[in-house]
Amino acid sequence: MTTRPDDFQARRRHLADMSDEELARYFWELADRVVEPLVDLARTHTSPSIERSVLLRMGFSSLEAKAIVDKCVEKGLLGKGAGHVVWKLANARGMSVREAGVALAGGEMWDDVASLFGTGR
Amino acid sequence: MGGRKLSPDEKLDVREILRDLEHYRPRRRGWTWREKLPPGTTLGPFEYKETSRPLERSVPLPAAKYFGGIDPQPEMVVTTEIASGRFEDDIRRMRMAAWHGADHIMVIRTTGQSHFDGLIEGTPEGVGGVPITRKQVRATRKALDLIEDEVGRPINFHSYVSGVAGPEIAVLFAEEGMNGAHQDPQYNVLYRNVNMYRSFVDAAVAKTLMQWAGMAQIDGAHNANATAREAWKVMPELMVQHAINCAYSVKVGMVRENICLSTVPPTAPPAPEMRLDLPYAVALRRLFAGYRFRAQMNTKYIESSTREATVTHTLNLMLSRFTSADIQSTITPDEGRNVPWHYNNIAALDTAKQVLVGLDGLRNMVHLDESPDGELEKKARAITERAVLFLEEMLDVGGYFEAVRRGFFVDSGMYPERNGDGIARDPDGGVAAGTIVPRDPDYMAPVCAHFGENHLPEGVDVERPCELIGGCTLCNPDKIVYVDELDPTDNVEVRLAATFEAGPRDVVYPEVEWAADRIVTMTMFWPLDEARAEAAALETARRLGLEEPKAIHKEVMHPAEGTLVEVKCKVPFGIDLAGLKIPEEQATLSPDEIRGFVKDRGIKVVAATVGQDEHSVGLREILDIKHGGIEGFGIECHYLGTSCPVEKLVNAAIEVGADAILISTIITHADVHRMNMKKLADLCVEKGIRDRVLLVAGGTQVTWDIAVGSGMDAGFGRGTHGIDVASFLVRALHERGAVGAGAAR
Repeated sequence: MTTRPDDFQARRRHLADMSDEELARYFWELADRVVEPLVDLARTHTSPSIERSVLLRMGFSSLEAKAIVDKCVEKGLLGKGAGHVVWKLANARGMSVREAGVALAGGEMWDDVASLFGTGR
Repeated sequence: MGGRKLSPDEKLDVREILRDLEHYRPRRRGWTWREKLPPGTTLGPFEYKETSRPLERSVPLPAAKYFGGIDPQPEMVVTTEIASGRFEDDIRRMRMAAWHGADHIMVIRTTGQSHFDGLIEGTPEGVGGVPITRKQVRATRKALDLIEDEVGRPINFHSYVSGVAGPEIAVLFAEEGMNGAHQDPQYNVLYRNVNMYRSFVDAAVAKTLMQWAGMAQIDGAHNANATAREAWKVMPELMVQHAINCAYSVKVGMVRENICLSTVPPTAPPAPEMRLDLPYAVALRRLFAGYRFRAQMNTKYIESSTREATVTHTLNLMLSRFTSADIQSTITPDEGRNVPWHYNNIAALDTAKQVLVGLDGLRNMVHLDESPDGELEKKARAITERAVLFLEEMLDVGGYFEAVRRGFFVDSGMYPERNGDGIARDPDGGVAAGTIVPRDPDYMAPVCAHFGENHLPEGVDVERPCELIGGCTLCNPDKIVYVDELDPTDNVEVRLAATFEAGPRDVVYPEVEWAADRIVTMTMFWPLDEARAEAAALETARRLGLEEPKAIHKEVMHPAEGTLVEVKCKVPFGIDLAGLKIPEEQATLSPDEIRGFVKDRGIKVVAATVGQDEHSVGLREILDIKHGGIEGFGIECHYLGTSCPVEKLVNAAIEVGADAILISTIITHADVHRMNMKKLADLCVEKGIRDRVLLVAGGTQVTWDIAVGSGMDAGFGRGTHGIDVASFLVRALHERGAVGAGAAR
């Protein structure tokens, strides 16, 4: 940002007549408007860390979670949810969630996953 | 599961903490506030307005001995930050801190962890903090369970949910019973250059997990104070940063009661600190009513003077009392010169306790001037208006990300003034740029405490998505996978073998930070200019055989007349406990034993302060019945007043047939106290009564060895009571009586 002198007196004119309560209310209205798009972004997006956090909650170690998520990123499957990937494989192949995840962490069965999600190779 | 109870006279056993750690489970989740007591609660002789339930075990302030040993605890949670880089050393410091009133232990993370994409495991050594790992968190929580049982108050454990692994760390913390954490996506963006989209997307999940665990969240706004060139000018921006994290947290589901603003008084003397910081503190607390306040102390202007830091922090504490704080954090007075040392954590905690208790109920008597035209109100209003204008302009340019891109934040101009030196970040740049992906229409996460779109199969309870997988780790902790150590050379076992368990067990080294670091300090005044004083101080340390001397503080008393130098150095040896001589402290006799002896035999003493010494308070305390003095045991006291010539004392002793002469000598100038003792002893010999009278000297600088070395039979220093002197007299006379009787036969 370029430099700018303190033009507070000019800028504040529209605030001058507000009571303290009105000013506070206005402050929070503005703050809500600033964060709304940020919350929407979060609601509709995910990240490697988020997906690893899902796998941790599913009972995988940090090392297993990392291996599975790295593969999901590589295969373009992160948007499905890494937990989803593990769960779907377990369901389709009659394995426990744990068994499916350990196999995926070991680099196995990714072709099965691709076919289950119809993403090809 | 928590292990054996701690005993106050035994050291914390790190091995015991590490034992069976894979099966440890935290005993509770969530934050705990202090148990406040109603205004008017009495403790010892006093009534308190702002106090909480006392500890079962603690170390009170030094002056507490004059007030029956009371240790009133302020109503606020009090924080200490501990970050030596080794958790096995940190937990010992936590125990000391808890005894001095800390119930919020904040563990600083190792440098670089915020850029580590994933969890770290094991117990590698850190730099400026510890690597936050499951083992480290679990071991620390287990130790804190033992410590909180010892002091009798719950202790909140706290670290950081920031960087590029925020959601994973939040899971770890929720699982392991962490009670509070810093979480503020703006911190990542501004100070850690983490990609801004990634930072906010991750934060929503992290915050949801923290909310699930009932953790207190502390934001990162205070960092702008520490970063901006002129910290007091960022006040409008600080409000904006607080608001963004607060509003964002609420929108993702956090409750206000768990959202704490981290606020620091931005300035320090020689600025007129209170007049700048108070209006800001008042405005902030009004605008954010309903949220919690974590008052931090100023770090920006701390230099190497621990005295200066302590005064600044005292002013910060006054500000907390003038406004409010739910959590009072402390900064160690040595933070300006090194990674904090053990005893400086304690110094900061004692400063907080001392000031908060000293200002107890202040607002019952002192009110802020809230008149609309007063300086306080005018300034508070102006800061708020400036913050509103900041938000308006953010929206005008296109929102948060665009504002950061343009360098809105941490500009050193008081908004709307701009100096063009803000921190600007590229929305598509930074660490982990390009790593977020849109959730597909069939995105799914079969776990609890998740945020955002989650397309669960039909029929699954949205409150319990983990039904799909038979429970997640939050609902069934048995599913947590515990990883012990990954690095065979960098772990707690290797360090324990090299420090705590190295060498013979009974050789001990001094330490300030780590076991056996061997660091000590020396304070010296040299009648020299600064450069030569430092050189002389370092040379002194070297000639004393101390290693690696380094000046950690210098203060000019006068450019030519002299300089104060503090030097740290390493002691090249350990002390073998087996060879240590500990002076045996003789127990006092019981009052009844003393009274019995006096009744049977009678004891007469003459007493005075000698030489040109008018300090009579100490001696009166030893003598006077109303101060618990020796008169109370029936001892006949002839008090000759102050500045009494030694001759007069000896003559009086002969006249009344005294068993003992008690002198008090406070003044030590030119060794006058020793001279007086010698003179008394010599005169008694000269008059032929030395074997008939006991000679006792007392005074603040008197020790047993000085007194006996100067011809006395006994010497008593600071903290002596009548019963100590009476016990000595009875024992000595008893001994002499026995000898005398034997000789007579």
